[in-house]
Amino acid sequence: MSVKLLEVKNLKKYFPLKKYLPGNDTDYIKAVDGIDFYINSGEILGLVGESGCGKSTTVRTVLRLLDPTDGMIIFEGQDITRFNKKQLRNAYKHMQLVFQDPYASLNPRKTVGKAIDEVLAVHGMKNKMQRRETVQALFGMVGLKGEENKYPHEFSGGQRQRVVIARALAVNPKLLICDEPVSALDVSIQAQIINLLTDLKNRLGLSYLFISHDLRVVKYISDRVAVMYLGKIVETAPSEELFRNPAHPYSKALLSVTSELGTVTKKKKILLEGEVPSPVNPPSGCRFRTRCKYADKVCSEIEPEPKSIGNGHYVCCHLC
Amino acid sequence: MREEILKVDNLGVYFYAGDREIPAVDGVSFSLEKGETLGIVGESGCGKSVTALSIMRLLQSPPARIVKGRILFKGENLLDKSADEMREIRGKEISMVFQEPMTSLNPVLTIGRQISEVLIQHLDLSKKEALARTVEMLKLVKIPLPEKVVKQYPHQLSGGMRQRVMIAMALACNPSLLIADEPTTALDVTVEAQILELINELKNKFHSSVIIISHDLGIVADIADKVAVMYAGRIVEYSDTGSVFSNPKHPYTKGLLEAIPHMNMDRRQKLKEIRGTVPVPGEIKEGCRFKNRCNYAQEICRLKEPPIVQVGANQVSCWNYT
Repeated sequence: MSVKLLEVKNLKKYFPLKKYLPGNDTDYIKAVDGIDFYINSGEILGLVGESGCGKSTTVRTVLRLLDPTDGMIIFEGQDITRFNKKQLRNAYKHMQLVFQDPYASLNPRKTVGKAIDEVLAVHGMKNKMQRRETVQALFGMVGLKGEENKYPHEFSGGQRQRVVIARALAVNPKLLICDEPVSALDVSIQAQIINLLTDLKNRLGLSYLFISHDLRVVKYISDRVAVMYLGKIVETAPSEELFRNPAHPYSKALLSVTSELGTVTKKKKILLEGEVPSPVNPPSGCRFRTRCKYADKVCSEIEPEPKSIGNGHYVCCHLC
Repeated sequence: MREEILKVDNLGVYFYAGDREIPAVDGVSFSLEKGETLGIVGESGCGKSVTALSIMRLLQSPPARIVKGRILFKGENLLDKSADEMREIRGKEISMVFQEPMTSLNPVLTIGRQISEVLIQHLDLSKKEALARTVEMLKLVKIPLPEKVVKQYPHQLSGGMRQRVMIAMALACNPSLLIADEPTTALDVTVEAQILELINELKNKFHSSVIIISHDLGIVADIADKVAVMYAGRIVEYSDTGSVFSNPKHPYTKGLLEAIPHMNMDRRQKLKEIRGTVPVPGEIKEGCRFKNRCNYAQEICRLKEPPIVQVGANQVSCWNYT
């Protein structure tokens, strides 16, 4: 029986827009508007969606870097939604974040070894020798053995991302949240990092929340995938199932425009009309209806609830 | 009838910084026929943008200098043209779409003003005629309410719309050659699909030739007729799209295609990595530029630069085929 490591219930994050005139009601950007998902222990959940759909806000809210407007975040059975700073610091030992841009997430004035040493010290490893050994072991683990006395600028993008991963692993986390970890890297380097992440997962029994806009990468690495559109999760399914059998019209379009390499026959692309509507005043009912060619009267009136269509496949669509 | 629009012959562009000489592009040759689409793929620093900018003669000199080669556009060498002659060609005969549509549009001028400027400059249209044609162009790139958009400023449009404006501007004078440098990298995948479709459609309508530069093999596989794979300033493999993607010959091309997870790939299968890191321009001075990352490197690869050989349908720069 798998154990839920992280569970998110009805999570909402609204950002107020500046009020220019007194008296008017404040408008909100509804970046994340009521999403539910969970990650089992040892599982990789992929989260896909286009820019502005709320992927990164979800990550930041789950980590409590932003305070949620509503909803519940349950990590290892504890409701961390209302944790204070001190309690959070303890929780962070078990959940860590890997950012997209390895150039911006390391301090240029510290050696990379020092950067990790600091993490260990903050989390209570008092013995200096022990810290040094741990740092060495971590660098060995990510394939940068003996490089701990260098500065970030001496590394390439891929190597820096390895350093960032080593730093995240320093506290022995159970959950690693990876926000576009390979998007900033060259194609020939991406495979190295993806392989490293899968290796580490198997060796250390980690779970990942893996965010990317590259569907090929998400399909390869994830056990389950959730598709987000305009602050909502529209479809969740095991990776194989979703890519073989996408049900939501948005997922279908998204998959159809991902090019398949090495095949001569070109598949039919579903081109969506228009662009993503503003999250300030999202369409009523189903949020995708303005771009959906199947949209019906019911779609503008009632917001679709997730319903199961078998094989662990859930979809929010009236017409599926 | 086959008609050659562009022929780049042994192009070399070096950058000079202090007493360092950095060969960003070193001996690149390709050609493009009327109505054809060429894709140039490669990773950061491989020289793909520098190649494009040299065709447009937009590289700042110093630090850049075109040290060798010829760029023949309709039989005439662009490198012999004066600045005034180039200004006549740029925007009219050859135009370019850049990656970041926000930085390539002027934020303080309306869309209408920016596009009609091109028309007034090159086609001697009156302001009124130019504006009418601008609206027509915006309609062509499928911008809703073009009459309203001509009066708007770039910040009022979304990224995808801005890129459409850029394409409208680039195609306003019906150029023979359109160079698109990472035209969809800043955009979302569904918008990317719309823009690529648009470029393809307009290319057929105007019978233009297109050079599309991208780091994304998927885009190039979809849209290009011919592909040039660049690595560290050189073309390592060059052929029609089908041959490059289904039958790659160069170890780098093979490696790249294997390093990308395929849609129908088994998850238990490990991705094949290309070891090492992408070289910075000028890092590798002699021999094959890929030798340190190549699994098939031999003694000769360290010493001499490989010649370009014909292997099947592909032109490959690799000692393993000589």
